[in-house]
Amino acid sequence: MSVLLLADHDKGELSPATARLVAAASQLGPVDLLVVAENPGNIAAAAAQIAGVRIVQVVKAAETAESITNSLEGLAQRYQSVSASASSVGKDVIPRLAAKLDIQPVTDIVEILGPNRFTRPIYAGNALETLTDPQEKHLLTFRASAFRPAASGNAAPVENLDLSITSAARFLAAHRTESDTPDLATAQIVIGGGVSVGSAEGFQLIEKLGKTLGAAVGATRAAVDAGYAPNDWQIGQTGKIIAPDLYIAIGISGALQHLAGIQGAKKIFAINTDAEAPLVKIADVALIGDLFEIVPQLIAELEKQGLKR
Amino acid sequence: MKILVAVKRVVDHNVRIRVRPDGTGVETTGVRMSMNPFCKHAVEAAVQLAEKGHASEVVVVSIGPKQSNDVILTALAMGAHRGILVETDAALETLTIAKLLAKVVDEEQPDLILLGKQAVDDDSNHVGQMLAALTNRPQATFASEIVVKGSELEVTREVDYGRETIALPLPAVVTADLRLNTPRNAALPMVMKARSKPLAVRPADSFGIDLAPRLTIEKVSPPAERVAGKTVGSVADLASAIAAEVNEMEAL
Ligand SMILES: Cc1cc2nc3c(=O)[nH]c(=O)nc-3n(C[C@H](O)[C@H](O)[C@H](O)COP(=O)(O)OP(=O)(O)OC[C@H]3O[C@@H](n4cnc5c(N)ncnc54)[C@H](O)[C@@H]3O)c2cc1C
Ligand SMILES: Nc1ncnc2c1ncn2[C@@H]1O[C@H](COP(=O)(O)O)[C@@H](O)[C@H]1O
Repeated sequence: MSVLLLADHDKGELSPATARLVAAASQLGPVDLLVVAENPGNIAAAAAQIAGVRIVQVVKAAETAESITNSLEGLAQRYQSVSASASSVGKDVIPRLAAKLDIQPVTDIVEILGPNRFTRPIYAGNALETLTDPQEKHLLTFRASAFRPAASGNAAPVENLDLSITSAARFLAAHRTESDTPDLATAQIVIGGGVSVGSAEGFQLIEKLGKTLGAAVGATRAAVDAGYAPNDWQIGQTGKIIAPDLYIAIGISGALQHLAGIQGAKKIFAINTDAEAPLVKIADVALIGDLFEIVPQLIAELEKQGLKR
Repeated sequence: MKILVAVKRVVDHNVRIRVRPDGTGVETTGVRMSMNPFCKHAVEAAVQLAEKGHASEVVVVSIGPKQSNDVILTALAMGAHRGILVETDAALETLTIAKLLAKVVDEEQPDLILLGKQAVDDDSNHVGQMLAALTNRPQATFASEIVVKGSELEVTREVDYGRETIALPLPAVVTADLRLNTPRNAALPMVMKARSKPLAVRPADSFGIDLAPRLTIEKVSPPAERVAGKTVGSVADLASAIAAEVNEMEAL
């Protein structure tokens, strides 16, 4: 019943989501990690420390969909399940591998009910599908935010694999958002800004509140489309799925597609001029008023209360 | 170049869906249906490539019941040249859809295949990647920009860390994200003209592909409801409520 899990990483470092994925995959059997990266050293070393990992296998290769799929394919035979995060990488490679292996994948798993029984959201999270996968091999992606992280303190062996990998597609350039805010997908507190924040400068105010609380910052699609916030801040059906302890939504109406990304939040607070906004209707705590007046006062008040994290 | 665009008919994205009380699925009878939003961006990208002289023919294909003709007509009104309906009333899994599309690719031999990145009903985000594997082509998913450079494409993709640009040789598969373009609303004369464009109908069971599902859907249920909490009257109260949450968090 062993599971091969693709490690999630960025900028040469293991991403915090990986410990959550290991916890999810461990429910199915012993977990072997696969790291595919141009510079795998740090990633593999960090991966080996996650509790429950049996072995870390490393392929030094370009990070295109084809080369990652080839790497997984080379190992897939030995495993009953091949899995990854429901991240932009996992979404790119698991269906490609599934078609090569002639397997129908099960993706965006938010709950594991048994060795081959899973729950996944459909219709932007407005419905949940419970299904059984009777296939001999399972190809899966997990939503990291739905699982608690595995502990650390392991020292799993690291093995370098020599696979011959080809890719017709070539990586040309990365365009990153330079930001020192925490990882959106795994943050404990998230502040979200809507299109009513009005400008990129307006978002600096949201970021300032984020800094005060040690929170990650996100945005609606409307704010991203308007150019006020970078695309990797988008929360929702087409953006990041978050599950913080606290989500503070500022000037956000609460469209279905945005709500799809925040259903895992434990508490939702809202600041909005409209008491009838759908987001206000589901918020645990709401303050009705103008964000441009409220947010600066709120930052001052939190600092006064000594809540600088 | 020749472009094939795959489009899906889904419950309109503005409709608030209802889960059937017996748990057998989501109510779709009597519900407004339309072209999957991501597919609209794919059609728009294809039409723009044709308008710029990069593509000589844009063929659209949809797999689904007879009524899927509507979304093919929408694509033809946007500027696609010809349509193919692969007709079936069965609910097909994504792997089966990809296999049927691969058959169409065999027949049509397009240089570029454009799809939406995901269908907003099952939210799978599978078919483009599967079709790329089945046709042994490189893929660029979640595209926000497509530039033609000779026999190559340079595609900018929306990824978790921001954006990235990759180069891929044609023939290739590209899936569209929402910021790729702004889909046009077809003007009435184009809608009229669409009806005279060729539209072939092919039964799904004529492709020699096993259409039976692999997975067993046990039930579909609504998510847990969130109920309204309280409204606070001042910024100080809001700050205190935030402080209370944060303190509880740290106690964990
Ligand atoms: C296929 C598809 C996928 C999508 N995916 C996503 C997604 O992943 N994520 C996403 O977010 N959206 C997504 N959308 C878009 C979504 O439907 C909404 O358009 C979007 O979420 C609205 O963003 P908003 O709340 O910022 O803007 P609006 O809906 O315009 O709301 C603005 C809010 O600000 C309030 N307001 C105005 N002025 C002030 C003020 N001064 N102070 C306080 N409050 C104020 C208003 O009362 C209102 O509630 C998607 C849409 C489609 C069709
Ligand atoms: N029934 C279908 N007919 C035509 N294209 C489809 C169909 N289902 C999915 N697709 C294409 O595949 C994309 C991704 O869908 P999915 O993998 O189901 O989320 C869609 O945006 C369409 O371009």
